[in-house]
Amino acid sequence: MTTNDCLQIAVFLIVLLLLVKPVGSYMALVFADAPNRVTRLGGRIERGIYRLCGISHSEDMGWKRYALAMLLFNVLGVLVVFVLQRVQQWLPLNPQHFGAVSSDSAMNTAISFASNTNWQGYAGESTMSYLTQMLGLAVQNFLSAATGIAVLVAVVRGFSRRSAKGLGNFWVDLTRSTLYLLMPLSLLMTVLLVSQGVVQNFKPYVDVPVLQASSYATTAKDAAGHDLTTQTAVTTQTLPMGPAASQIAIKQLGTNGGGFFNANSAHPYENPTPLSNFIEMLAIFLIPGGLCYMFGKQVGDRRQGWAILATMLVIFIPLTIGLVAAEQAGNPALHGLAIDAHASATQAGGNMEGKETRFGIASSGLFAAITTAASCGAVNAMHDSLTPLGGLVPMWLMQLGEVIFGGVGSGLYGMLAFAVVAVFIAGLMVGRTPEYLGKKIEAYEMKMASLAVLLPCALVVICTAIAVMVPAGVAGVANPGAHGFSEILYAVSSASNNNGSAFGGLSANTPFWNVLLGLCMFFARFPLAIAMLAMAGSLASKRHVPESAGTLPTHTPLFVTLLACVVIVVGALTFLPALALGPIAEQLMSAH
Amino acid sequence: MSKLLRQSFCLLLVMTIITGVLYPLAATGLAQLIFPHQANGSLIVKDGKPVGSALIGQSFTDPKYFWGRPSATSPNAYNASSSSGSNLGPTNPALTDAVKQRIAALRAADPGNTAPVPVDLVTASGSGLDPQISPAAAQYQLARVASARGLSASQVQALVSEYTEGRQLGMLGEPRVDVLQLNLALDSQRSTSSSHRGED
Repeated sequence: MTTNDCLQIAVFLIVLLLLVKPVGSYMALVFADAPNRVTRLGGRIERGIYRLCGISHSEDMGWKRYALAMLLFNVLGVLVVFVLQRVQQWLPLNPQHFGAVSSDSAMNTAISFASNTNWQGYAGESTMSYLTQMLGLAVQNFLSAATGIAVLVAVVRGFSRRSAKGLGNFWVDLTRSTLYLLMPLSLLMTVLLVSQGVVQNFKPYVDVPVLQASSYATTAKDAAGHDLTTQTAVTTQTLPMGPAASQIAIKQLGTNGGGFFNANSAHPYENPTPLSNFIEMLAIFLIPGGLCYMFGKQVGDRRQGWAILATMLVIFIPLTIGLVAAEQAGNPALHGLAIDAHASATQAGGNMEGKETRFGIASSGLFAAITTAASCGAVNAMHDSLTPLGGLVPMWLMQLGEVIFGGVGSGLYGMLAFAVVAVFIAGLMVGRTPEYLGKKIEAYEMKMASLAVLLPCALVVICTAIAVMVPAGVAGVANPGAHGFSEILYAVSSASNNNGSAFGGLSANTPFWNVLLGLCMFFARFPLAIAMLAMAGSLASKRHVPESAGTLPTHTPLFVTLLACVVIVVGALTFLPALALGPIAEQLMSAH
Repeated sequence: MSKLLRQSFCLLLVMTIITGVLYPLAATGLAQLIFPHQANGSLIVKDGKPVGSALIGQSFTDPKYFWGRPSATSPNAYNASSSSGSNLGPTNPALTDAVKQRIAALRAADPGNTAPVPVDLVTASGSGLDPQISPAAAQYQLARVASARGLSASQVQALVSEYTEGRQLGMLGEPRVDVLQLNLALDSQRSTSSSHRGED
């Protein structure tokens, strides 16, 4: 690693940590029960929406009603996105005249965007009309993020409320996340991104002449079975346009990750400069980081929030350094060729396959770690072309359950499930009834927490096994050997943890993959959220237990270590055998 | 249940209007008002016509031009309506073969240059549209471009320096050279220098 690699990582972490408190405090006001200066500001719009929809904003929902509202709203969202894709050819704002999306792909994409995964089997600039992108995909970018935040806020109320029946109101939490948090931040970020060169317009694609004309050959078989080669001249280049910046802003802030263009944040119109890249990276961690602070504030002990954030960083930082170091070391398979891959003042060096010159190694490696630690899934470098060990890091970060920052809301409630497991294990060691934040952890909470922890693990392991046994699964693989298995493992890990990034070589726009991954995304998202709401419902109804000499303090370095160990042990025990067959085998083979 | 369903439907409709219509319209309005050039694709305009985008690379294989990053877009390189990386795994023999071919092509265009090739010049970019190369990759090609154009190395060096950007804010990203803009400048320099000769 070079000095500049370290500097870029350090600057990112410092800026992030400086923003955690202001963003967290703001969110605490947004979701406060009592009216305050933030909620009064947009109070009229908010009340107008509630009146229009017959919502009583003072209704306090029990966990079952909260979960049902969440589920209905999201299933409806899936249906709308599905239908939009199927009829886009008859609707306006389709200047490129794209046809209907196939039903399996449309189903996959609809679940993908509603579940905050944003796995993309299709290529944006050649599939989706502007209208579909705006009314379907961009809307779900907001609403799936708002759903994650709403569920988290309800789970936190489970800890902070005492002997209470309700967890708050889903409609209010959803509306406030969108109006007060996601929209203003997205507008601000749109302007910042456009200043760097991200496109934002409703124009048709622009044809420009190329400076050096060229041609390419395509070979097809004629009626007699002979090869027919045709030369096609290239004299123009078609530049894609569209309302990209507004969608990119929310795809980063809402840890969605679905790109406007096929190459996602590697595309120069989606991420034109190192500064736009920095903003996009920061946006991914901004809300998940701030939520940790908000959590501490809501449960009445800020140290609890910092402890959770520290746990995330304890796992994130070493893995990021590992990833960047592996990429900077370069691709061992190319050693011995007449190339210069050493870092110097005039080049980044390292493994540049699949990376952009402006980002080099540090900005690409850091982005890859951030996007998979959070369940964002946007990419600014092609993960399929990462070195074996460099590719292992993003894969494992997803497999840890997307709790290292994780998705907006979902990352923190996933981490709280791990925290409950951690206090339970500590309780077993000393023979005491475990408690967390003044609430007794009993059999019911443990069942729900275990379900939340183990469900994604089970999905990854079982569905990977299915995919490698079925010809339709293996058919999608692009790279030979151990790397081909990595492509499958990565895809299933990504879908089953609602990340959405890919080892892009896998041809996943087939009925088999669209259906398998669609199911993974659905079951990883909604049953897990419902389990956490059930746990929160039970916790909210409990009395507060005063701290005693036997209480395990959960804000100390000891607890941070314990929690990090639980996350790592679950991730390592479940996935090491599979990782050994994929990236680890590939690394061992490339070393010889 | 039916009440929740009604509320779901209505709130989804309202939110679709707010986030799917009002938000992109407001964002587009702001963008077009404050940064119209960037919002419309950072087009390079010459004689009133767009001749490319400052952000989107083009394919160059002629020795008199600086070559950009290899591009994996299909069916042709630098197809801007189909951005894509190669997605070749690190140990895929196809990757090693592609790199060998690119080294051979660079050497064939510049016999006698036996320096090791900067890695970004023989590896495909993530988007397939990367507009830039590293300064090392520009230096590697400088002598070839100069001799193909009958220019002195220092003339070409001056242009390369003009189109080289350092790290943003002094630390972010990597130093880089804009290939299309550099090549456009090279072409226009030749025409101005030949017109100078005409005046003499």
